[in-house]
Amino acid sequence: MKTVFSRPASLKDVATHFCPGCQHGLIHRLVADAMDHFGVQQQTIGVASVGCSVFLYEYFDIDVVEAPHGRAPAVATGVKRARPESCVFTYQGDGDLAAIGTSEIIHAANRGENFTALFVNNTTYGMTGGQMAPTTLPGQRSLTSPEGRDVALDGYPMRMAEVIAALDGTAYSVRVAVNSPKNILAAGKAIKKAFEYQLENKGFAFVEVLSSCPTNWGMDALAANERVETEMIPYFNLGTFKERS
Amino acid sequence: MPSMKVVIDEARCKGCALCTLACPKKLIRMSEKLNRQGFLPAVFPEACNQDCTSCALCAQMCPDVAITVQKEEKGGAQ
Repeated sequence: MKTVFSRPASLKDVATHFCPGCQHGLIHRLVADAMDHFGVQQQTIGVASVGCSVFLYEYFDIDVVEAPHGRAPAVATGVKRARPESCVFTYQGDGDLAAIGTSEIIHAANRGENFTALFVNNTTYGMTGGQMAPTTLPGQRSLTSPEGRDVALDGYPMRMAEVIAALDGTAYSVRVAVNSPKNILAAGKAIKKAFEYQLENKGFAFVEVLSSCPTNWGMDALAANERVETEMIPYFNLGTFKERS
Repeated sequence: MPSMKVVIDEARCKGCALCTLACPKKLIRMSEKLNRQGFLPAVFPEACNQDCTSCALCAQMCPDVAITVQKEEKGGAQ
């Protein structure tokens, strides 16, 4: 027998704190796969955010810097400029990147900083208990929008991959999902490509990954996974929004 | 006993059942017995080993990276 699938070396062999069906663990695996693929585990420095993705250092067998809420792109800028030979990525959720950290991500992209930004969009603040995020869909019930998000009052969900693609400093911007085997394979390719952009010094690469949050959506894992397909993807279209050659 | 193509780390499984969705042949079932964590884990019955193509889509889908997949090498069983 030949092993055709096993845990990537860059991912520690430990259980995660994520809820059943939460796709953070899967996205971690795709990022670890990319590091293994390029053989950069020893030179990679991850920058963690605040939220459910805060425990990056527990799960990746690499060096990790913990950034203040939303400031991962600013910290990553410093890390990459001080150690340009290293491979640097940020891993942030939507409450972190699209709310408190909007300024940092936009300016890092606009400066064309040569690191990889991974953005996990699950339309809610997961760790703090399911409050409305900038990415919460119109009509979606959350802890702070119990009647559903009212766009007249709360504005519209932000399509970050398109926002980042519009900036001249961005080299690569893409949105992927991990709700089906087909989408997972495409997501894995996109994450590898985002690392490749950095390793070839092509500039800022951004990957938005649509993910589920069964606990805060009040659904089981299968229903939450289905919601990604039926509600999230129609609003947050999958695709490549910028690809500088 | 033949070596299993799909090995599910029962202790690590959180019972989300996403792997059952991914399997094109629907070979994975959910256990009726709680694991150490208190979840009903996914199981790959021994009887299904023959039908499994080792496509590894279950492992691709697993959020807890609890599945390892093996494939029979060409040129006869081991």
